[in-house]
Amino acid sequence: MSVLERDPGDLVQVLDEDGTVVGDEPDLDDATILDIYRDMVLARHFDQRAVSLQRQGRMGTYPPLSGQEGAQIASAHALDEQDWMFPSYREHGAAVVRGLPLKQTLLYWMGHEEGNAVAEDANIFPVAVPIATQLLHATGAAWGASIKGDTDKAFMCYFGDGATSEGDFHEALNFAGVFDTPNVFFCNNNQWAISVPRERQTASRTLAQKAEAYGFEGVQVDGMDPLAVYAVTRKAIEKAKSEEPPAAGRRPTLIEAVQYRFGAHTTADDPTVYRDDEEVQRWKAKDPIPRLENYCRNHGLLDDESVAAVRSEVETRVADAIDAAESEPRPLPGEMFESVYNELPEHLAAQAAEIESLREIYGDEVFFEH
Amino acid sequence: MSTTSQTQNLTLVQAVRDGLYTEMSADEDVIVMGEDVGKNGGVFRATEGLWEEFGDDRVIDTPLAESGIVGTAVGMAAYGLKPVPEMQFSGFMYPAFDQIVSHVARLRNRSRGRFTCPMVIRAPYGGGIRAPEHHSESKEAFYAHEAGLKVVIPSTPHDTKGLLISAIRDPDPVIFLEPKLIYRAFRGDVPEAEYTVPIGEAVTRREGSDVSVFTYGAMSRPTMEAAEELAEEGVDCEVIDLRTISPLDRDAIISSFKKTGRAVVVNEAPKTGSIAAEITAIVQEEALLYQEAPVKRVSGFDVPYPLYALEDYYLPNAARIKEGIMETVEF
Ligand SMILES: Cc1ncc(C[n+]2csc(CCOP(=O)(O)OP(=O)(O)O)c2C)c(N)n1
Ligand SMILES: [Mg+2]
Repeated sequence: MSVLERDPGDLVQVLDEDGTVVGDEPDLDDATILDIYRDMVLARHFDQRAVSLQRQGRMGTYPPLSGQEGAQIASAHALDEQDWMFPSYREHGAAVVRGLPLKQTLLYWMGHEEGNAVAEDANIFPVAVPIATQLLHATGAAWGASIKGDTDKAFMCYFGDGATSEGDFHEALNFAGVFDTPNVFFCNNNQWAISVPRERQTASRTLAQKAEAYGFEGVQVDGMDPLAVYAVTRKAIEKAKSEEPPAAGRRPTLIEAVQYRFGAHTTADDPTVYRDDEEVQRWKAKDPIPRLENYCRNHGLLDDESVAAVRSEVETRVADAIDAAESEPRPLPGEMFESVYNELPEHLAAQAAEIESLREIYGDEVFFEH
Repeated sequence: MSTTSQTQNLTLVQAVRDGLYTEMSADEDVIVMGEDVGKNGGVFRATEGLWEEFGDDRVIDTPLAESGIVGTAVGMAAYGLKPVPEMQFSGFMYPAFDQIVSHVARLRNRSRGRFTCPMVIRAPYGGGIRAPEHHSESKEAFYAHEAGLKVVIPSTPHDTKGLLISAIRDPDPVIFLEPKLIYRAFRGDVPEAEYTVPIGEAVTRREGSDVSVFTYGAMSRPTMEAAEELAEEGVDCEVIDLRTISPLDRDAIISSFKKTGRAVVVNEAPKTGSIAAEITAIVQEEALLYQEAPVKRVSGFDVPYPLYALEDYYLPNAARIKEGIMETVEF
């Protein structure tokens, strides 16, 4: 029986909080397990540096991901090369696994237009800030692939617990169910939508069970257990690419990854206003990184030395990315007018010229003096 | 306007909170609803302390769904409550757009007066705070375009409280857009007691005889700065803060224009199809023979609002406003 065929309230777990195996391990080679470990450490370190860059005024508002590495990294590793990913605004970890350089993520949160640019060979949609809007795009792209007869791709969409309250969530899953689209809807249920707790979003017992009403499977997984996340996501991806015809085999899946955001919603948020430290500490005991590290140590995949090597590798990578982002010159106003239309219309060219002539008369200082 | 000797020195966002507090204390049908408005007191603290004061039934943290918030507020309003839904940022109002234009604006008309929608939809709007994508737009024209809605944009703490109270008491729906750049930029005296500032009335911030400069919201400040600098150079600007952009105070616009014969409109919205175009049309329709120069629009550009590294180029500043005024004056 597939791991997806279960009660949506029956939480899938492979590792307990100490990293001891308590469920069916996914079919994963050692190298991939170590990649997942390294990328989780990378995401955590990136996150900590990003928060401190913001504190130092070197970056704008930033949404931290600490605590959510298990869900992001393991699910992204379950994707195949040709698969697509539709992120929200918090998937910096999943994005780097899927080929978006850290520098891009930094530039985006540093307010550079270039930060939104996606490399031609990365199948990643741009960050979606308006909640839940990306779900429909994921359904549509997957539907498009079905229409074109491309059966080798899965379309992964990430969103939060709060997003499940938006109409777009309903519409996306409903279309997906009706048209048998090859989607994996991956809900990062981190218990909070800014200050609003999960219970305020829905009276449903679980988020996973909502899939039932759309006519496809929903499964709840321990989102801070990377091996469980991998196992469930991989099955959902395989289902999306099933050789069997749509209604029979190829179908969407909703995954509810139960987890916790350790830090603030964004650097502009103060979580102490709405939640207790006791709750935070309870969830920190489930931290995905020590959990997988213990597993790896128990299985002889990691020791003190290799853990230290991973640490220094990610520190260098993040430092290099920060250097690269910070050495980008300040963007020029002309960039505002680029990529608005296929061709720059005359009135926009005139507006671009207007700002250039002001810069000539006054210099750049007058624009930045307040 | 009622007067009182007791005043407090508040920021604009504190004046929002004070206006809500004042009306909620006076009228138990007034309720606040939205995302993070309760325990968290709003992401900008505009509803701080209201949940503690008035409880869960009157200060409601809703599920994350703008259409849900505004759509249910329609039903509540028709049933006799006076909901004040908050949209966390104006950039996230669009899921509610259908409810706003199809129902909030038209319930009175569609039910031939049987049902009405006395609600105030509050939202922070505008740029300049280094916010992430979709957090900085000025799309007030969308709402001004819609019959049945009033659109208010205050620029001082005093006006904020008085206009908010007027909006809550108004029998028709009001879109209340708060310029978040100046939420905390300065303080002003605000009476502790209740008072109103009438919707639909502009105010002259600076009298002058050479050129009329119309503005609103956060642009009032760089506009005043430009006017003061130009005064030293011998150009006497009249600065009019519109405060309500629908309905516009046509009398104030026309009479100032008849006095100066020249007009500049300053706003941060994209130029095309904005309120600035409406003001230009009003002076053309009503005061053509007084006109001495083309009306100049100093506004945002017709591009998606840029990420924050470029926003200082996007937003009109005093230098750009001065250029615009001089072009008009020297025509
Ligand atoms: C349509 C829309 N409404 C409101 C917001 C403001 N906002 C940003 S994040 C957020 C909470 C999202 O919670 P959730 O979906 O659980 O995702 P999380 O941030 O917890 O990852 C809100 C209300 C937004 N970005 N878009
Ligand atoms: Mg959440």
